[in-house]
Amino acid sequence: MLSLSVTGLITDLIKAFMETFLMCGISIFISIVLGLPLGLFIYITREGLFWQNRILHLIGGLLVNIVRSTPFVILLVLLIPVTHMLTGTTIGPLAASVPLSVAAVAFYARLVEGSLVEVDKGVLEAATAMGATNGRIIREVLLVEALPGLLRGLTVTVVSLVGYTAMAGIVGGGGVGDLAIRFGYYRYETNVMIITVVLLIVLVQVIQSLGELIAGETDKR
Amino acid sequence: MIRFENISVKYTLKSKQEVEAVRGVTLEIGEGEIFGIVGTSGAGKSTLLRTINLLQRPTDGRILIGGNDITHLRGESLRQLRLTTGMIFQHFNLIHNKTVFDNIAFAMRSAGKSKSEIERRVPEVLELVGLLDKAKSYPSNLSGGQKQRVGIARSIANDPQILLCDEPTSALDMETTQSILDLLKEINNRLKITTVIISHEMDVIKKICDKVAVMSKGEVVETGDVFRIFAVPEHPFTKQLVNSTLDLELPRKLNENRTKRLFKLVYRGERAEEPVISETVRKFPVDMNILHGKIEYIAEQPIGVLILNLEGAKESVDSAVSYLKTRVAEVEELHA
Ligand SMILES: Nc1ncnc2c1ncn2[C@@H]1O[C@H](COP(=O)(O)OP(=O)(O)OP(=O)(O)O)[C@@H](O)[C@H]1O
Ligand SMILES: [Mg+2]
Repeated sequence: MLSLSVTGLITDLIKAFMETFLMCGISIFISIVLGLPLGLFIYITREGLFWQNRILHLIGGLLVNIVRSTPFVILLVLLIPVTHMLTGTTIGPLAASVPLSVAAVAFYARLVEGSLVEVDKGVLEAATAMGATNGRIIREVLLVEALPGLLRGLTVTVVSLVGYTAMAGIVGGGGVGDLAIRFGYYRYETNVMIITVVLLIVLVQVIQSLGELIAGETDKR
Repeated sequence: MIRFENISVKYTLKSKQEVEAVRGVTLEIGEGEIFGIVGTSGAGKSTLLRTINLLQRPTDGRILIGGNDITHLRGESLRQLRLTTGMIFQHFNLIHNKTVFDNIAFAMRSAGKSKSEIERRVPEVLELVGLLDKAKSYPSNLSGGQKQRVGIARSIANDPQILLCDEPTSALDMETTQSILDLLKEINNRLKITTVIISHEMDVIKKICDKVAVMSKGEVVETGDVFRIFAVPEHPFTKQLVNSTLDLELPRKLNENRTKRLFKLVYRGERAEEPVISETVRKFPVDMNILHGKIEYIAEQPIGVLILNLEGAKESVDSAVSYLKTRVAEVEELHA
């Protein structure tokens, strides 16, 4: 009886972890593909930089702020039509990945902009003085100098996503956080809840350390 | 080589206020010269320098390089101008996350150089600045002087005709400053690059420049050969800047002792190495005592001051002084 419930729990946990990985994986991928360019866009349209454009800069920033200031649960609901359009369903981890990705893109875009702003203007100016094209300066100076910051931002994004996935349970996204809520909150199985929470802490810790390690490796300052 | 015609630069501040950082500067920098721009902080030196590669566009006036008006260059032709104009900075501005080799390679790739050319040229310029063994190091592992050497190597990798230096030694200690200035001089000598160097220190100008422009409040108030500027400064601001070179503080005790006749001799130019003093003593029945003195060589010409005490009969001293007046630039009796 006992062994049966333990095996059951393990199967549940494995399934939940798989769901978490799937949701986080998709959203992280999307936030790199879309959030990085968006953050870069907001940065380069800033005053006194490559493609200064006040209007576009404001629009980009506003877009990001709207998403970021909307509570995730509301975003989840608001995006249901979009989710349906993109995935053909509104439940399950794949469907949950849509609002997660949207939140992650906005979140990461801000962090990207932040780490780009940190890049020494003097270094960019030196590259300009050398006669490098804007494209080359962005690829070989800006992104290279910002890389450690970009990686740290990515780590923070992943960690936040793990938290958000718990709420994705509302649309049947599943995942580890959802498991903790279901067992602990609805079924009063405190032991299971504690185990899952501990596992979550370990997961977050691993992600954070790994991120730090990689970022530190690329940082030559 | 570089000609500024009536250059003005205005900055518009956020408060819509206008600051005129450079005002009506007309200046000519000759080919192969080391040209200094000196002035206090905020005088507009950097702003003026940065108009040469259009990092800063002038609000008014024209800039000619080799006879071509570059003031309105844009896009690809502006890029070409910058490829032939090297620049080094006070804070070096190296790419932190690239090795020394890759920093220089970046400059060369920007100029469209091939991989094999880069492999060949980078060690060459590193050798020239004495850092061949640091190719694989990251900037953070180098000293300030070494970082500036990398900056110099990077700036000359594409064989520029002009080298712009914005306070290249202001972040360095005295000894390192000397070695960087020596290197800049050597490069100017060897590669015949027209070098424009900004500094707020007269010392730097004195050590390597051929000509200098003195800037104050956005204007060039005086320009000329370095020796001339030090020897006979005309503008009050220049006088103030070069004062320390020709002024000697006499110890109070000497200054108060009115019984001795003290003379100040000023040397300007080639006469310092002649045996003026010993000849005077031999020719006239006077005793001479050197109390204080300082002679410096600027552009390989001596300039300096001696404070002498002459003893003897009044007539002998007077004729000795008249003789001295024919041999040195200036003789002045102190508290006579
Ligand atoms: N980007 C800018 N926007 C507004 N004002 C500026 C800007 N850059 C410089 N200024 C102003 O223009 C004037 C000249 O500045 P500049 O940097 O050319 O002086 P500088 O002689 O190089 O001084 P320093 O020795 O401190 O480098 C200063 O009053 C400065 O405040
Ligand atoms: Mg300056």
